[in-house]
Amino acid sequence: MEHYTMNLTLKVWRQKNSASNGRFETLEVKNISSEMSFLEMFDVLNERLVNEGKDPVAFDHDCREGICGMCSMYINGRPHGPWHGTTTCQLHMRAFKDGDTIVVEPWRANAFPVIKDLMVDRTAFDRIIQAGGYISVNTGNAVDGNAIPIERYKAEKSFAAAACIGCGACVAACKNSSAMLFTAAKVSHLALLPQGDPERKTRALNMIAQMDKEGFGSCTNTGACEAVCPKEISIDYIARLNSEYVSAAFLQDEEKE
Amino acid sequence: MLNPKIPTGPLEKKWTNYKDHCKLVNPANKRKLEIIVIGTGLAGASAAASLAELGYKVKSFCFQDSPRRAHSIAAQGGINAAKNYQNDGDSVYRLFYDTIKGGDYRSRESNTYRLAEVSANIIDQCVAQGVPFAREYGGLLSNRSFGGVQVQRTFYAAGQTGQQLLIGAYQALERQIALGAVEMYSRHEMLDIVVIDGKARGVIVRNLITGELERYFGHAVVLCSGGYGNVFYLSTNAMGSNVTAAWKAHKRGAYFGNPCYTQIHPTCIPVTGDHQSKLTLMSESLRNDGRIWVPKKQGDNRKGNEIPEEERDYYLERRYPAFGNLVPRDVASRAAKERCDAGYGVGTSKQAVFLDFSDAIKRYGRIECGKLGNHHPDAEEIRHHGMEVVKEKYGNLFDMYEKITGENPYEVPMRIYPAVHYTMGGLWVDYELMTTVPGLYALGECNFSDHGANRLGASALMQGLADGYFVIPYTIGNYLADEIRTPATPTTHPAFEEAEKAVAERINILMNIKGAHTTESFHKRLGKIMWDKCGMARNSAGLKEAISEIKNLKEEFWKNLRIPGEIKEMNPELDKAQRVADFIELAELVCMDALAREESCGGHFREEYQTADGEALRNDDRFMFVSAWEFKNGNGWEMHKEELKYEEVKPTQRSYK
Ligand SMILES: Cc1cc2nc3c(=O)[nH]c(=O)nc-3n(C[C@H](O)[C@H](O)[C@H](O)COP(=O)(O)OP(=O)(O)OC[C@H]3O[C@@H](n4cnc5c(N)ncnc54)[C@H](O)[C@@H]3O)c2cc1C
Ligand code: SF4
Ligand code: FES
Repeated sequence: MEHYTMNLTLKVWRQKNSASNGRFETLEVKNISSEMSFLEMFDVLNERLVNEGKDPVAFDHDCREGICGMCSMYINGRPHGPWHGTTTCQLHMRAFKDGDTIVVEPWRANAFPVIKDLMVDRTAFDRIIQAGGYISVNTGNAVDGNAIPIERYKAEKSFAAAACIGCGACVAACKNSSAMLFTAAKVSHLALLPQGDPERKTRALNMIAQMDKEGFGSCTNTGACEAVCPKEISIDYIARLNSEYVSAAFLQDEEKE
Repeated sequence: MLNPKIPTGPLEKKWTNYKDHCKLVNPANKRKLEIIVIGTGLAGASAAASLAELGYKVKSFCFQDSPRRAHSIAAQGGINAAKNYQNDGDSVYRLFYDTIKGGDYRSRESNTYRLAEVSANIIDQCVAQGVPFAREYGGLLSNRSFGGVQVQRTFYAAGQTGQQLLIGAYQALERQIALGAVEMYSRHEMLDIVVIDGKARGVIVRNLITGELERYFGHAVVLCSGGYGNVFYLSTNAMGSNVTAAWKAHKRGAYFGNPCYTQIHPTCIPVTGDHQSKLTLMSESLRNDGRIWVPKKQGDNRKGNEIPEEERDYYLERRYPAFGNLVPRDVASRAAKERCDAGYGVGTSKQAVFLDFSDAIKRYGRIECGKLGNHHPDAEEIRHHGMEVVKEKYGNLFDMYEKITGENPYEVPMRIYPAVHYTMGGLWVDYELMTTVPGLYALGECNFSDHGANRLGASALMQGLADGYFVIPYTIGNYLADEIRTPATPTTHPAFEEAEKAVAERINILMNIKGAHTTESFHKRLGKIMWDKCGMARNSAGLKEAISEIKNLKEEFWKNLRIPGEIKEMNPELDKAQRVADFIELAELVCMDALAREESCGGHFREEYQTADGEALRNDDRFMFVSAWEFKNGNGWEMHKEELKYEEVKPTQRSYK
């Protein structure tokens, strides 16, 4: 792999706090190595800003391995930038070339208010989980792990849904700011397992209700979420959620009768 | 000598005896008792959820935006448990024995035994929560091997085991939050412990969004704040992982145990340049199938796949035929360093060795072709099927490698090098996981307890969940049973005032240095001192130099640090500065401990103490103890000892040959 260095122009969203208005700021960075990660490029920028007595750009990040779901930059019109199936922290500078201009914004959604610069508040996701994204089993109540065999194919499908890192890129990509892919991933993860079966109905109903309450939009099946999801969560799970929801709503009506 | 309060009786009965006799708190009283849990990793989330389920009032804190993002999420390879599902001779005793031996006979027998004992329950609990572990076609749980053992006892979920376990614990926690049993404070950083009449009674935390300081009361405080590997600057830990919570506890009277026991993991993606902000682990599970080698010729510049078989030195298989590529981490790391130092390293920096899957691809390819009835496959067919198997097992790790390096590891061997990964040292705790401050507990990686001088792979996740799900729910009751008459202390109490004032003052001082250098630059310099002089190989002269360099760095830090922005706002530079200030203090103690321990054991390798063939040479006569350091305000530290008594296992020279 040939390495090279580049000079870039960044147009970065700056916003002091949730109460103030934001604007784009143009910043130049020089001598960026193609071996750096995108966030390391921001480290270089921030070091310089601090050295110049300016305010560094605030952004969320932690693991820098594509698994914690904390990093969240909207890069050139795409959550997490140009690489498919990749988080911002795993994006590397060899995706860019000398002289490029890169526009960097926070996730934009009413349910994700900006905290500062590129940082947003995603606690709405936690509240969707609180509404039912779990199996109600207290510590110490479990039977032997092998007492519940699970078809391998189902276990794998469940795992693929459970791979969601809760980053919110799906919301940021969606013109309706819908959280359906995130919610569908959780509902499917649990619904595909026998352990999750007893709470299937209430889980789907309550999580969707919470999603609406948080101000996420409705899903019109554009598929934008799947295209940007760093964990490549399939949009098929949304179909599964819809059918879970419909049958739960139906059963609920039946029970009332 | 420190008293670890180990229950009496035979090893395998101790925990049962303890549980049968510890004090209990009745449900009505539990509702009146408040517990603060710092951290939401495997240890913290499991503890907070379990304690809330029991009926205690819990407050849970983490510095990330959501409890689900704690560093445990990044664990890749797996979690051990003595289930013996493979019928390969595993048992509680064997898991206990492997852990003690892997730790180079520097851990406490009773704790390690309890860990092995509850390990099976962890798997059951996680399955019940819906953790999607890997399964066989018959629907039963699958296992893989990990380093330092000869049975298959590691449960996993592809290369995302930590994520799946943490999501399980996180969901249990969110359920308790929904029920109102836990109050969650994310983006809050604990900056001090409040001690009243000698007991931990609360915390001072900073709201990272507003910058305001806040006070919280608890009848007990449980720290689950993770390890301190980032004292080396570069490590496999998340960027935010830090020692601050543990360090503040230390300064309030909690002894720090074995700070010098740090683990350097053998298989990480090598450093590429000065811009490097962290190092990425390539899971130990890769050593199940990958073979590690260097060229037989020094300074060989050919690409890995161009070097013929007979010119390769599979040095682990050569030196350790019994365990081969699956020797414990400390052994594998030192062996890599030895080869690179001797001039056999590969890649541009020459600080790397190969981890090669070409044999595994061939082996699996032949098996798959055989399953398909193709008994005379050509090389291309073998390769195709072999790659599919390898992809299924390790696909996400291979993808990660390619994203970072731009090289395709299915085609060319991976380049790897050791990197700081885990800290066996941490707050000293007794059998009940209580620190030397009554009412203050430490769980998970932030305590020192179970892994001695070296941790075996897949045992940290096990320990975090053991502590949180199965140990603390019992041991904390034994303490709180005597607190049922203690009313909640109002946070206007002078101890809260004093603690908050001290925190505020320190922040003020930091902000007003207005010097010339960034926090990052100090952290990098600290890391370099630590890696060069207190890393994979240590010696007396180097450690003494390191201590004096750290002292100078500390002075410079407090004179010449620059933090931009304000106190009362979201200010990540200020957050980082406070953490680095604590790392600098800790670094000195790590070096002091390394200097005082005049032997080599596990991850602590003193060049002066080695066998003729370069293995760690323990000195059981002088050093069969845990060093527990007491902070002496303004006067350095005093070392206390906990003698390690081996009743069950006979310490020997560890051999993996
Ligand atoms: C890349 C990688 C891979 C690994 N793979 C494996 C593996 O396969 N198997 C295995 O067994 N182990 C593995 N480990 C080790 C294991 O992941 C950790 O030891 C373990 O997860 C630590 O869990 P914990 O709960 O103690 O702490 P953490 O998960 O680190 O959580 C710490 C928590 O404390 C909070 N916190 C810290 N300080 C403060 C403060 N001052 N105020 C408020 N909150 C605070 C944080 O927000 C966080 O919630 C791996 C480690 C790494 C780095
Ligand atoms: S579904 Fe994908 S994009 Fe949405 S939160 Fe989960 S991982 Fe992120
Ligand atoms: S920083 Fe963790 S996923 Fe990017």
